[in-house]
Amino acid sequence: MSSAQLPSVRDLPLRVLPVAWLARGSLGGRGSRHLVERHARVYRHTWLVLLSGFFEPLFYLLSIGVGLGKLVGTVTGPSGPVSYTSFVAPALLATSSMNGAVFDSTFNVFFRLKYNKFYDAALATPMRAGDIALGEISWALLRGGLYGAAFMIVMLAMRLVHSPWAVLGLPSALLIGFAFAATGMAATTYMRSWQHFEFVMLAALPMFLFSTTFYPLSVYPRAIQIVVECTPLYQGVALLRGLTLGAVGPALLWHVAYLAVMGLLGLYVASLRIGRLLLK
Amino acid sequence: MAPQAPAARQAPPAGPVPAPSSWSFAVREFRYWTTNYRRTWRGSIYSSVLSPVLYLAAIGVGLGTLVNKHGSARLGHISYLAFLAPGLLAAAAMETGIGESTYPVLGSVKWRRTYYAAAASPLRPADVFHGHLLFTTMRLVMNCAVFLAVMAAFGAVKSAWVIAAFPVAVLTGLAFAAPIEAWAIMVTKDTSFAMIFRFGLIPLFLFSGTFFPVSQLPGWAQPIAYGTPLWHGVALCRSLSLGTATIGETLLHVGYLAALAAAGIAIGNRTYRRRLYV
Amino acid sequence: MPDPEVLIRAKDLTKRFGDFTAVDGIDFELRRGEAFGFLGPNGAGKSSTMRMIGCVSPRSGGELSILGMDPVADGPAIRARLGVVPQEDTLDVELTVRENLLIYGRYFGLPRNVISERTDQLLEFVQLTDRGADQVEPLSGGLKRRLTIARSLINEPEILLLDEPTTGLDPQARHVVWDRLFRLKQRGVTLVLTTHYMDEAEQLCDRLVVMDGGRIAAAGSPRELIEQYSTAEVLELRFDPGEHEQAAEKLADLRAQRTEVLADRILLYIPNGDIALTAVRDLGLVPLTSLVRRSTLEDVFLRLTGRQLED
Repeated sequence: MSSAQLPSVRDLPLRVLPVAWLARGSLGGRGSRHLVERHARVYRHTWLVLLSGFFEPLFYLLSIGVGLGKLVGTVTGPSGPVSYTSFVAPALLATSSMNGAVFDSTFNVFFRLKYNKFYDAALATPMRAGDIALGEISWALLRGGLYGAAFMIVMLAMRLVHSPWAVLGLPSALLIGFAFAATGMAATTYMRSWQHFEFVMLAALPMFLFSTTFYPLSVYPRAIQIVVECTPLYQGVALLRGLTLGAVGPALLWHVAYLAVMGLLGLYVASLRIGRLLLK
Repeated sequence: MAPQAPAARQAPPAGPVPAPSSWSFAVREFRYWTTNYRRTWRGSIYSSVLSPVLYLAAIGVGLGTLVNKHGSARLGHISYLAFLAPGLLAAAAMETGIGESTYPVLGSVKWRRTYYAAAASPLRPADVFHGHLLFTTMRLVMNCAVFLAVMAAFGAVKSAWVIAAFPVAVLTGLAFAAPIEAWAIMVTKDTSFAMIFRFGLIPLFLFSGTFFPVSQLPGWAQPIAYGTPLWHGVALCRSLSLGTATIGETLLHVGYLAALAAAGIAIGNRTYRRRLYV
Repeated sequence: MPDPEVLIRAKDLTKRFGDFTAVDGIDFELRRGEAFGFLGPNGAGKSSTMRMIGCVSPRSGGELSILGMDPVADGPAIRARLGVVPQEDTLDVELTVRENLLIYGRYFGLPRNVISERTDQLLEFVQLTDRGADQVEPLSGGLKRRLTIARSLINEPEILLLDEPTTGLDPQARHVVWDRLFRLKQRGVTLVLTTHYMDEAEQLCDRLVVMDGGRIAAAGSPRELIEQYSTAEVLELRFDPGEHEQAAEKLADLRAQRTEVLADRILLYIPNGDIALTAVRDLGLVPLTSLVRRSTLEDVFLRLTGRQLED
């Protein structure tokens, strides 16, 4: 039995405790930067697609503003009654952060892995498997941050922001993106075929519909409330809603901790497995 | 012993060879799609069964409790669930129609290239097109039937006329599928589809009367909404489900949707030929 | 003390995927400036070996040293000095020709101005100068292959790995690729290639190994292999199907070094084809066609790996 059977620590830079790795102070080796550079360059050719991604949450917001908002009137938010649109807007931001991150880290990664051999080319260079994982997550965050910032500006313009705490909205949206991107990347390392993406949809759509996106938790009986409270999207929605509506307390730190732990766990699993997937 | 090479046919079989009808050619292409679908149908269960259940439960029932408390006057004093469900039926048909007419078509000419394989057989481009439209119709029939069953189970149906909403929903799906497929065959990059989804499907889904009456839109936007094919599908499915449909209204909506589907077929006959016989 | 001129050294190198052994304990050494070929039918283990040399596939056993380093521990450091032309093009179809070189160069950590300068030279080298701004997707197979080769040279590699570099190309494109590879070799780049084209191996390789079933069946220069495993010439005879078997029996009397009876032809391996053909006629046999030719690597290859289809 030679050392050949063991994947090397240096080839998998994430193969250390994520905390220790974070303490080193860099989101990945230099390699991950180049992957981000590549993705950014692709969007120079298809900037319209990049731009169009922003319209999806905006359309939802407008539709709720003119439509459901008038049908529902006011609802009881965490800090008392608010207009329905103000109530839903932060949840749409959280959902959009989740969807973008999940899409980038599952569908896109799987396609590059199995179909266009994109990673094979990168791995013929000094890039490491870990650089690729981090590069993809960083890109998902960068893009998510762009959309998040634009969405926050629209919320401001539509007078849907009710507290100065909302300045923490963008970093919170990024945290949501990180949690889902890392978990999505970890999940992708287990996927074998496109059929498995049904499970991604199976998780994402019910979360979007039921994680208090459209109405307060109080609509549910207590048993269901507990289930909903356990979902990661609920954590994100509650965090952003608290910040934009000004219901800020130490409880929000729980949501932050939940999402941070989820992201780090996802990153850890992804870093353990991505090398095995890429270096066969 | 060397294996026997397959012999080339020396002459056509004796007797006249009847030219197969266009219809029977289209059925051959349709069989290709159903054969394919037999392998992958499990994956589609989710979108066709679970997603109507989830939407009706979350929006119809969950959000409905808030709407019914406050805004049911705007809906003509019916429950939000009864208002929403037929609209979602038409919207789901649109989604199926667009879904079947985008990536599967591009995949067949660009990635799997099965359309070229079909075009190398006696099938003509129009047969390939019609065969896929037949398959799309089958998917629409399946999904709309499931949706209606879910609707009924939720108690969202107010009239037996809802049976007539079934073909209307299928027609709504085809009014999208035929023209989009006629266009999709000419597409070279799948980023074009992202545009169709973001600037077509999603705005239609959100603003064509599915979730709230079009009369709530600002004045300038209302004529646009009334002009969209989804609104015609939503309006007719809704009045049938509520039992309030009139003959004139029905003819108008059906005529509009049928005209769109027919135009899509006419254009597709040409675009398929242009793409497959280059 | 290891010889610094030996760039790649493999000893008992093994690669297993589950129960399947793709590479079954092979040994070879590769010296600086050589052009070294792996020949073998599909599934012989060539590509697995290449992936191990490319440091993207951890070995299952044995030893492998590349540029004096261990590919498992020092993958990135080794890959920084390798160029890789994979079997299937892995070009980035979402980028232009120039951008492909730019991004790939960035993966090596090269500064932009260096990449830009090298890109001009490389595009000229592979005759793609006027296609720099083009999208990659619509390019023909030959152009894509040339671009892949240009890309693999962006880091000025010491060793260039080429996995079936000309499979699927038309004859013109193959000759362009061969010409460019020959020039690289003259510049001192060490070439490692796999192929199942014997003419390619004869054109390019100083030394080659024939692989079969994960093992090395033979090793040497093209000339050595032909001398060792074949004869100077081959006489190919074709008879009327009715006389085929009878003729085969009679030809046994000629006592050629080797006689191979195929379904449609009979091959005689002999030092001199014309003398053999006269002898055939003297036996009273009248072949429909006859062909005298020199032995090629293909004869060696078929002798060593058999004529049966393996997959």
